[in-house]
Amino acid sequence: MTQSVIDDLKRSQILELLEQGKRIDGRALDESRKLVVEINAIPKANGSARVRLGDTEAVCGVKIQPDRPFPDMGDKGIFICTAELLPLSHPSVETGPPGPDVIELARVVDRGIRESHMVDVSQLVIEKNKSVVGVFADIVVVDYDGNLFDACSYAATAALLNSKTPKWEMVDDVPTLVEGAETDLPTTTIPVSITMAKIGNHIIVDPNSDEWSAMDCRVTITTDSEGNIIAMQKGGSDGFTIDEIIKCGDLSIKQGAQIRETLKQAAKGS
Amino acid sequence: MGGRESTLVLLDENGIRCDGRKIDEPRRIMIKAGGLKNADGSAYIEFGDNKILVGVFGPRDVHPKHMSRTDTGILRVRYHMEPFSVGERKNPAPSRREIEISKVIKEALLPAVILEKFPRTAVDVFIEVLQADGGTRCAALAAASVALADAGIPMRDMVAACASGKAADTIILDVNNEEDQAGQADMPIGYMPNLEKITLLQLDGVLSPEEFKKCVETGVNGCKIVYELQKKALADKYFQNGRDQ
Repeated sequence: MTQSVIDDLKRSQILELLEQGKRIDGRALDESRKLVVEINAIPKANGSARVRLGDTEAVCGVKIQPDRPFPDMGDKGIFICTAELLPLSHPSVETGPPGPDVIELARVVDRGIRESHMVDVSQLVIEKNKSVVGVFADIVVVDYDGNLFDACSYAATAALLNSKTPKWEMVDDVPTLVEGAETDLPTTTIPVSITMAKIGNHIIVDPNSDEWSAMDCRVTITTDSEGNIIAMQKGGSDGFTIDEIIKCGDLSIKQGAQIRETLKQAAKGS
Repeated sequence: MGGRESTLVLLDENGIRCDGRKIDEPRRIMIKAGGLKNADGSAYIEFGDNKILVGVFGPRDVHPKHMSRTDTGILRVRYHMEPFSVGERKNPAPSRREIEISKVIKEALLPAVILEKFPRTAVDVFIEVLQADGGTRCAALAAASVALADAGIPMRDMVAACASGKAADTIILDVNNEEDQAGQADMPIGYMPNLEKITLLQLDGVLSPEEFKKCVETGVNGCKIVYELQKKALADKYFQNGRDQ
């Protein structure tokens, strides 16, 4: 994380442009990059999506299989979302156990979707306290250009919207697949995360990698279809004022609505 | 947290919460600066039933060396829970949750500490949760700020911390463990009152835009209460009798 001379120069250039209300790639301050969603990119998964947000690309595959319920949650299915940075995504990424950045990424993406109750886990019970349906959304980042939080979140949401869940029945205490009884995964809402960075006194939406390395701090806010705020994570080495945070909340609702439409359209196309 | 079913009454008809508090009342908070002999700075906090010890070392040499920076010192934070700190024994190895909390606490403290004065060094903050009862990250952050000040690390401000949230459709201050499990939202906030900056902010739960604004304001007010106690802890150690301890 050593700050190089190049980084310093880039930051001052980004700041200079922001003073004139411009961004390094020509976008408006509250404009997300182009979002391209390819549905069913992995036919072997129960649901999948390949998402490109500008030049950040993530692939999410959803696997659905019978599992044992958590001890205190016998009447609910399981939803788990993971995220991983692949070594081919950027020269600085190495193999090995995930560092704090990647752990945070995975946990923030999981929290956004989990807290929205998008996946209706109450409908994913095969036999109470014995066997439930587990939904595993695994995301891999394959190309890096900043703002992994949103790219991963969109990939997972798009994949879940298109997931089909097989049906199991208990036969001799073993969950057994019922052929040809696939249904859509029960979902309730579409969570959308919006990540905003603060550079100087400016708030920008969806920072690219140059802006990501130049930012003072960031906040990721997830909203649901009803316009509620459901999850939030601040990061980076500076702080926000109360007014800035409230502005970010408004931005996340406004921008989130647009992204939600794109995800919905992509889901319809499948 | 969306709500696990429970028979617990989170808020009764008189506006009193399950542990007898009013909606805008924090739990009992006790902060003590110092206490550890070997650490350069330390603090102990009791925040409700949370009991957390923080030790600070540095500025000192950086190991491994490649982590050091020529232009500034670095801050390292380890948040760790003891196996006996929670109901069911916790695996002593750091969990993904602890790694994330370590990171958000570090980033909450960074705007406060003036590390540029100590290039090529590290300041290490060790947070040990001896007993946990909801809201440990806020309690830990508040104690860590006091420990950093106790270590004499130059700071722009102290970071105060308190959570706000929503239970029984009401915005409340300082969410306890029961309210976190059965309530509707939990929003930990770290705030520097003098600089008026929010440095830690997380949320899980469902809030309308109006509730969101109220929740941020409630949490910031809680931080201001904690801030006074943090200052008092330092004053008690350094000014009361004019000598150490």
